[in-house]
Amino acid sequence: MEDLSSLVDWSRLQFALTAIYHWLFVPLTLGLSVIVAIMESIYLKSGNTKWLHATKFWMTLFGINFAIGVATGLILEFEFGTNWSNYSWFVGDIFGAPLAIEGLLAFFLEATFGAVMFFGWNKVSPRFHLVSTWLTAIGASISALWILVANAWMQLPVGMEFDPDQMRNVMTDFWALFSPIALNKFFHAVFSGWALAGVFVIGVSSYFLLKKRNRDFAVMSMKVGAWTGLAGMLLTMWTGDGSAVQVARHQPMKLAAMEGLYHGHNGQGFTIIGIVNPDKEWNDDKPEYNGHIAVPYVLSVLANHDPKSFVPGVTDIVNGVSLDANGDTINTVSYSERISMGLAARQALADYGAARNAKDSVAMAAALKTFRDNYKYFGYAYFTDVKEAIPPIGLTFTTFRIMVYLGGYFLLFYVVTLLLIYRKNLIDRSRWFYWVAMLSVPLMWVCSEAGWCVAEVGRQPWTIQDLLPTKAAISDIPTSSVVVTFWMFAAVFTLLLAAEVSIMVKYIEKKSRTSMLAPESLTH
Amino acid sequence: MTLEYLQDYWWVLISVLGGILVFMLFVQGGQSMIFQFRNSSERDYMIACMGSKWELTFTTLVVFGGAFFASFPLFYSTCFGGAYWLWILILFSFVLQAVSYEYRRKAGNIYGTRTYDVFLFVNGLVGCLLLGVAVSMFFFGASFSVGRGDLLDITSPVISRWAPTHGFEAIFNGRNLVLGVAVFFLARMQASLYVMNRAKENADLISRLKRQTFINGAIFVLFFVCFLVLVCTATGYAVTSENGHTVQVDAIPFHYWFSLLANWWILAILLAGVVLVLYGWGRACFDKKYCGGIWFTGIGTFLAVVALFFLAGFGDSAYLPSVTDPLSSLTIRNSSSSEFTLKTMAYVSIVVPFVLAYIAYVWRQMDKTAPETH
Repeated sequence: MEDLSSLVDWSRLQFALTAIYHWLFVPLTLGLSVIVAIMESIYLKSGNTKWLHATKFWMTLFGINFAIGVATGLILEFEFGTNWSNYSWFVGDIFGAPLAIEGLLAFFLEATFGAVMFFGWNKVSPRFHLVSTWLTAIGASISALWILVANAWMQLPVGMEFDPDQMRNVMTDFWALFSPIALNKFFHAVFSGWALAGVFVIGVSSYFLLKKRNRDFAVMSMKVGAWTGLAGMLLTMWTGDGSAVQVARHQPMKLAAMEGLYHGHNGQGFTIIGIVNPDKEWNDDKPEYNGHIAVPYVLSVLANHDPKSFVPGVTDIVNGVSLDANGDTINTVSYSERISMGLAARQALADYGAARNAKDSVAMAAALKTFRDNYKYFGYAYFTDVKEAIPPIGLTFTTFRIMVYLGGYFLLFYVVTLLLIYRKNLIDRSRWFYWVAMLSVPLMWVCSEAGWCVAEVGRQPWTIQDLLPTKAAISDIPTSSVVVTFWMFAAVFTLLLAAEVSIMVKYIEKKSRTSMLAPESLTH
Repeated sequence: MTLEYLQDYWWVLISVLGGILVFMLFVQGGQSMIFQFRNSSERDYMIACMGSKWELTFTTLVVFGGAFFASFPLFYSTCFGGAYWLWILILFSFVLQAVSYEYRRKAGNIYGTRTYDVFLFVNGLVGCLLLGVAVSMFFFGASFSVGRGDLLDITSPVISRWAPTHGFEAIFNGRNLVLGVAVFFLARMQASLYVMNRAKENADLISRLKRQTFINGAIFVLFFVCFLVLVCTATGYAVTSENGHTVQVDAIPFHYWFSLLANWWILAILLAGVVLVLYGWGRACFDKKYCGGIWFTGIGTFLAVVALFFLAGFGDSAYLPSVTDPLSSLTIRNSSSSEFTLKTMAYVSIVVPFVLAYIAYVWRQMDKTAPETH
């Protein structure tokens, strides 16, 4: 194989590109589908055609967004095979199942009833249409469930064992895939979609108010958007708290990277403002930050729900050191020991193969025992230096803060929105808010993407935690091929994103000029 | 349920999904014909007919990939990572398709309706042609090797290695292209028949669709017969497996021909499919008032594709032969998921009839009235 690191970097870059683009569209699909379904439900219950107008308006925007989400999602699924072929064999027995179930249970639901939702207004009964709209929304969430179960499993590989004859992992417990990490991830992602869609609806509605057009339509849309978004934001925060606890328990290195923490303490503070020292190494005495302000105990509370608990830093984890509640040292497995164990597992696996060829069952059993004893850290065998097992600190630290601060901002944003709507129609006199709401729309995407950066950059260098690093998960393809396809996809996704935004803007502008009560506005 | 039974069961399901996918390629066939219509209203009608179905084809492709991944992960790993450019170009064409129906007539789409129509055409051509090429590899093989022990090589840990052209060699292989061309014209014939079935009142359009059916059907038949001859005369692999590992591979001239004779039920399915396609095609061409040919060609296509998948996978054949390292050839025995996973997924597959039922119900409801133009 040619230069391995270059191929790994480009493959990661291509996957990151596809995932980032895909996640531009998915959360809006998840949230807007629910908002549209709520609006259509109100219409069917009240018979008020204002809600039918609102349903059709937001449904059209949903459709524009949905199409490009589908396109990017296709690439993402197949990239596991095209760019990560070793991964596909190493854990395909477990990872493939949720992907197949996602397609079978969710995609057909979305595709079939989505067609009714978009094209079936005059072809099926209103009740059947409403059911189709809800089924489309449910299909989107079921799709998210399975892909997030798969993603969570990569971060906490459970319910499987290694088959030394096949040289791969095999599933032993399907239900183990629904780990606390998986459930937290699922709800966190889905509810963040509600929160994102809420901001989108409020931002677009604010444009109507700014232009003094279709006031009633805008305010009623804002109400549904704000309540859905507020519920989504609160639930996102709740599940985010659950995720932090799970990360502290199962991926302490990721948590250390999120905090830029090298030397942990009992009652660890949380850095509210800080600049990570880019020159800092895990084993030197340089300062962790180039200036920072921390609030005491907060990280211990976030990680363990205990203000006096110990949160290990990068150096602590690499050295295999932790502290109990009294401050006494507890030894954990250091990274150099993990590398030794990984090498022992690899050697045992080679010995097992040689013994099998020689039909020496005693040697096979002995090799297998050594292998099983050390397999937990199999992936560390691919490292020659413990430094390779440390994720990028600066990017993880920064994106974590962007996510947290913007999340807090949006909670406030929703509270203010509801106050303005329900307090003496303040919304009609708050021109400043229209600008704030419109400018908040892109910020919500920044918040959402930052969350995924924390999750995915923070778990580097692993595709499967402790078992398979990215550099052992790739396909045997020339780097130049990945470079070409990276730019192909970058160009096409960017051009299509530009078209999507342009179509949405034109549509919003056109509809804002049309009376949303007039019959002609009922057409797409 | 034994492992072998489950492997067979999952190959049947993959074959069924493959059959549905090739049938659903009528959407791509329709897209490849959009510039042949005289005016934009007819083009819009054609696109509207396809427009409410494109997602089903797209979803079938995704589920086909997902099911292959779950049941035969070594194929997913070896073929997708190996024939990189073949699959990337297929996927790329589907990306272009996914936005085009929604965006082509929308104000502000930046690039103009014609650009999106070109996207649809590209997907119609490339999607059909290259999926045919990919399926053809099931019989004529590819240059690759699989060394699972390579996982332990720290400098080069990849277990599957492919020819350095990474898929281009498959695309420019004449025998593969024969099936690619056949699938392309089959999809166009099916599209003509599908639209014909919906546009029963439009005599002018129907007469032109019948002409298209005849031309595309004739080219399809020609290339498909060539493909069958090539397959039946090709040298194939008879693989002997023990406990999921290949222990012997014998290269046998006329392997697939003998396999058809030995497995009469595959031959029967194939012949039934071919007869139905020919009947639907012939009657649609020569019976001026008849518009229901899609029912026969659709079912026939499904059966013929299922039979080809059966022929590739069953009867101890290698469904992805390696021409450079025969022992690396992929079979349903050496490339499948574990018994536990296949069994778990088999329980999940119980929902397939329900999924097909609600798709059929919704399709029927939606097709009761004329399609809405996009």
